[in-house]
Amino acid sequence: MQSFTMNESFPLNAWYAVAWDVELKNELLPRTICNKALVLYQKKDGTPVALEDACWHRLLPLSKGSLRGDTVVCGYHGLEYKSDGRCSYMPSQETINPSACVRSYPVIQKYRFIWVWMGNPALADEKLIPDMHWNDDPEWAGDGQMIKVHCNYRLVVDNLMDLTHETFVHSESIGDRNVAEAPFDVHYDEKTATVTRWMKGIQPPPFWKGQLNRVHKHEGDVDRWQIIKFEAPCTVNIDVGVAIAGTGAPEGDRSQGVNGYVLNTITPSTNQTCLYFWAFSRNYNLKDQSNTTELKNGVAHIFSQDEDILEAQQKAINENPDREFYNLNIDAGAMWARRITNKMVEEEQETKIDAL
Amino acid sequence: MRYRNSWIDATVVAIEQVAKSVMQIQILPLNGATECYTVGSHIDVSVLIDGKTEIRSYSLVGEYESNTPYIIAVKLLPSSKGGSKYMWSLAAGNKIRISQPTNNFELSHNTNDYLLIAAGIGITPIIGMAKTLKRKTGLTVKMLYAGNNKKEMPFLEELQSLLGVDLMLHYSDAQGFYNTTKLIDLASAKTQIYLCGPLPFMNAVRKTWEDGPFENSNLRFETFGASGLFAPQDFLVKIPRFDLQIKVKKNKTILQALEDAHIDVMYDCKKGECGLCQVDILEYSGDIDHRDFFFSESEKGENDKLCACVSRVANGSITIDTSYRGV
Repeated sequence: MQSFTMNESFPLNAWYAVAWDVELKNELLPRTICNKALVLYQKKDGTPVALEDACWHRLLPLSKGSLRGDTVVCGYHGLEYKSDGRCSYMPSQETINPSACVRSYPVIQKYRFIWVWMGNPALADEKLIPDMHWNDDPEWAGDGQMIKVHCNYRLVVDNLMDLTHETFVHSESIGDRNVAEAPFDVHYDEKTATVTRWMKGIQPPPFWKGQLNRVHKHEGDVDRWQIIKFEAPCTVNIDVGVAIAGTGAPEGDRSQGVNGYVLNTITPSTNQTCLYFWAFSRNYNLKDQSNTTELKNGVAHIFSQDEDILEAQQKAINENPDREFYNLNIDAGAMWARRITNKMVEEEQETKIDAL
Repeated sequence: MRYRNSWIDATVVAIEQVAKSVMQIQILPLNGATECYTVGSHIDVSVLIDGKTEIRSYSLVGEYESNTPYIIAVKLLPSSKGGSKYMWSLAAGNKIRISQPTNNFELSHNTNDYLLIAAGIGITPIIGMAKTLKRKTGLTVKMLYAGNNKKEMPFLEELQSLLGVDLMLHYSDAQGFYNTTKLIDLASAKTQIYLCGPLPFMNAVRKTWEDGPFENSNLRFETFGASGLFAPQDFLVKIPRFDLQIKVKKNKTILQALEDAHIDVMYDCKKGECGLCQVDILEYSGDIDHRDFFFSESEKGENDKLCACVSRVANGSITIDTSYRGV
């Protein structure tokens, strides 16, 4: 029986965010994705490139070399590679070995992220990129960050799929007893799992009180929602907000409220590290850039609290290799997320199509 | 990327002649588990020639399917070095040693315009590429398949139904050597070209690309060093430094003959790509049959050096020197 707690597996046939759009320039950026060292860069025309970060010749990471225009020059013996991975120069010979190339990975820029497909390139379909449109939709404003967390990516998904932890980890900002005590519904399909929690007629926590007051000048009771949607293998978009209590938000009228999306996609780097990309987008005060900065800083602070918890959890897991998690009612969303991801991994292993 | 070969025992599970001189061989590892591969991959097979084992590479035909044997197709070359003769001697149930699949001829997926070019038995890696590409939408995939005549060209019907009018066929018995300059009209700056076939044909296509308007690196090709401009024949090699004269039999290479004579030569790829096995030509008669892809055309024209792993002499003999400088 495979360990539930120590299951660090990930599918390869999936799009993984590897960088924010602003991180990618016409210079070499090394990133480890799914245990593979990649070197990323942007071509002069703006197209992203992802190559295996190991020279065909002597395996030196190409990221230790340099970029000349769109051509990567190895920092050891000067072999050159074009953006499709083909070698275009070898020292001291007039021809180029026809086998010489490094693997190039399908790569797409969308929703302000750079996405790479690590599995069978013939299956890389742009339509499979998880919907994170709130990150570059003019109806929404926001920004975010990438943090490298020293834990398996599944622990971050677990964390996001159950927001009960807000009460205890983030008590001074977004967490209060109402979150820990409100009932919730869990639904799933082949590719997604959704956890819906409504907290009606409650006093908002400090963070939401401030946001609502800015827009609607209201300090009283609210209806608060958290709708967490997981999309396999590692994207969690959370629809969050509050509206003036009794104005119809649970029935669909959110006009008397403020709405945000916490966008998260957590890319496996190694088995015990992940690249956690997050953003917070809001649909109010769209032109208020100080609000964007404030929210980004606020969420960054909240996530640094999670980071601390998650790294300590990973350490504890490693120190107790024979132990398995207990699961509670609150873990239903996380359990569905894990099961859906496990299915993806198992299907790949059955057809071995990931081996490439 | 280069991977270490790991060798396993396997069984020939089926053989079938799929064209006049082409045998299709299905091979299943003894443990029943084939490894996943992408199109363009090959396996190495340990073949027995004159009682000695040697290694030959064969492209895998078609796409990977789980729980399905590896498929290779071998053309019987009467003038070969013996590999194809051995492969043709196999029968269902025979045990052989094979390596894991390796891909040095990988299809890139970063364009939407492809030109596949196969001549003769060079069809083996190309047919899988055609299948993979045709399964994707929004691609332009054209293909030229050249051979002596219909009877000698396997997979014709399959390719015709797969590619329809995008498949161009050329029969050189009737139509003569294909004029490769016509290929330029089928390509654009963003076309990726995948080429496999006998050496003279590949040389002609490469020359067309070198002289043509498009990026040379968009032309990818693979060779296992199995063909040349002349049929292999026996020839003599003199090595004055060792006061030695050796005979290279038609089913041997200069490199093997030197090793048999206990003369050390550096080498690596043994398919005419890396250039490590180059030796100096001091004198020769007849024709040097340069079968490598290491030396440029002008270097080959100078006939100062040759790659001992693949290149040969036709209708003459040769005097060489190795890099040994001891006394």
